[in-house]
Amino acid sequence: MRRGKSPASAGHAGQLTRRAAAGAIASAGLIAATGLTLGSAIQAPPASAAIKNGNYDLVPRQVADGVWFVEGAREYFTQDNGGDIVNCVLIETDAGMVIIDTGVSLKYGQALRQAAASLSGLGIAASFNTHHHPDHWFGNQVFADRPIYALGETASLARAEGDGFSDGMYRLLGNWMRGTETTPPTQTITSSSITIGGRIFVLYPLSGHTGADLALLDKKTGTLITGDLAFYERAPTTPHADLPKWYEALDALAAVEAALIIPGHGPEDRDGQSLEQTRTYLTWLETGLKQAAAEGLDMVEIMEETLLPDAFKNLGAMPQEFHRSVSHLYPAIERQAMPLSNL
Amino acid sequence: MKLRLGRLGLGKLGFALALQGVVALGTATSALAVDDTKVKLDDPLKTGMFAYHQKLILGDPDKITFDERVIVRAPVSAEDSLNVPVTVDATAIADVRRIVLFVDYGPIPKILTYWPQRAQPKLSFRFKIDQATPVRAAVETTSGAWHVGHTIIDAAGGGCTAPAVAYASDDWEEELGKVYASVWPDRGRVRMVVDHPMDTGLAGDIPMFIIQKLQLDDLDGTKLAQIDLHEPVNEDPAFTLYFEKGALKDKLRIHGRDNNGNPIDAIASAQVTQ
Ligand SMILES: [Zn+2]
Repeated sequence: MRRGKSPASAGHAGQLTRRAAAGAIASAGLIAATGLTLGSAIQAPPASAAIKNGNYDLVPRQVADGVWFVEGAREYFTQDNGGDIVNCVLIETDAGMVIIDTGVSLKYGQALRQAAASLSGLGIAASFNTHHHPDHWFGNQVFADRPIYALGETASLARAEGDGFSDGMYRLLGNWMRGTETTPPTQTITSSSITIGGRIFVLYPLSGHTGADLALLDKKTGTLITGDLAFYERAPTTPHADLPKWYEALDALAAVEAALIIPGHGPEDRDGQSLEQTRTYLTWLETGLKQAAAEGLDMVEIMEETLLPDAFKNLGAMPQEFHRSVSHLYPAIERQAMPLSNL
Repeated sequence: MKLRLGRLGLGKLGFALALQGVVALGTATSALAVDDTKVKLDDPLKTGMFAYHQKLILGDPDKITFDERVIVRAPVSAEDSLNVPVTVDATAIADVRRIVLFVDYGPIPKILTYWPQRAQPKLSFRFKIDQATPVRAAVETTSGAWHVGHTIIDAAGGGCTAPAVAYASDDWEEELGKVYASVWPDRGRVRMVVDHPMDTGLAGDIPMFIIQKLQLDDLDGTKLAQIDLHEPVNEDPAFTLYFEKGALKDKLRIHGRDNNGNPIDAIASAQVTQ
């Protein structure tokens, strides 16, 4: 077959436009739905971004003995929420605070470290990144004086895709990102548990939301921190999803005896509903897209004509997140639905 | 060496080149004095680019108007900037000869020309977007009058939005020209994905390498529809074509070639279990 010469490398021209483009483009026109909830038990009020006078105003909520978290807005990234859309967990140990996920920016990381300091005078012991999506580790810069743990694959994905993510975050969040330098995790997790300051963390190396997703169990309180393997009252995101692996990961998490689940996005969950809701949604999504492919629908038709079931239409970031998932997942699904037709 | 330029690489170069493209077009605009179009239109989107494209892409037609009956549907924001889905629907307009798709801003503004022949004047496709831009569909009827519709797509992108995997695929040669397709006679539609790298020619030293033409025929040779591609649309381009219910038989032929002369030839069939 005839084709032109191939290059040795792709270059990185987009970098030049990043800062110039920061904030120049308005955020997406879709407004995330608010006002929940499904009929499940104890629910905190739907979180909106904790923003005061252009600063993150993070107030940790205690959910177990020595366990706090700050809940992000159940939305997509916007200038209004400053990217404060993710859950970060703070756990007290004898060696200082353990931070699980560091937020979206330098500024967020600083606010998180300040919040940690207000809870413990011992400083920071260590941090973890559950996976390589930017809202979970772009605050690392602030915690880089202490070990930052992640799965090996997460660290390589962070190194490979960090700059691309950074371009996107500067475009979406503008000034909120000022000063943020991508700082990938430094310590690779190789064991199935780790003890920090006398507190034992059981580590679950899983995948499905991305190529590598870490979940942690705080042995002392039975608090399970799932990263983005579980979403609750906020639509799951799928830009790097592998659905069969994600279902397996949900099975593994459901088998953990947890007293409390802190999902990657959304409120704490004391009865496993977050795992169930995530699984039900992903299953509905996959089944629906396969059905659409069998019926010969194109992507715009699916986005515009799909009626979201009652159980999902009020999840945070709907219907925007559904539209995004059609873009992520449909090309592979439609291809499998149509046979190879060459002569 | 058959290393493929990754998706991310192409996209990034595209962003930078797009800015240059606008500057260049801006300069050309004044040099060509484009406001001397035969028909003066008041562009509702006021991009300052329409008259230029009216002249250079559409050939400065004698009859042209903006027309809400030409519907362009797309997401308001491009999730994957390399694969933005668009559906153009001109079924409210009679006697359509062709539909020309183009963007106001981009290094290669003209996207494709659709000749519906026996199909409905309606098409779904995907394309690579370089920046926030209107997408215009200019519909020419057999009488030579043009009707223009549009929508705006934001290319803001985002964290998880950035086209993720800069993978270097080394099997493009084996996949080249493979057609995955189906016909739905009862629904009056044909869908196809054609494997092709669709290089822009804008990145590094890879020359433009694109499918130029796709033709759909009945097995008896009757022409059903034709797509001419003027730019790389997207990698492994995907199309949905629409017909009256029952107008299609269970099989039809899809054929064409790329600009290097590689042929594409396939028979799309209705699936047994639909
Ligand atoms: Zn994530």
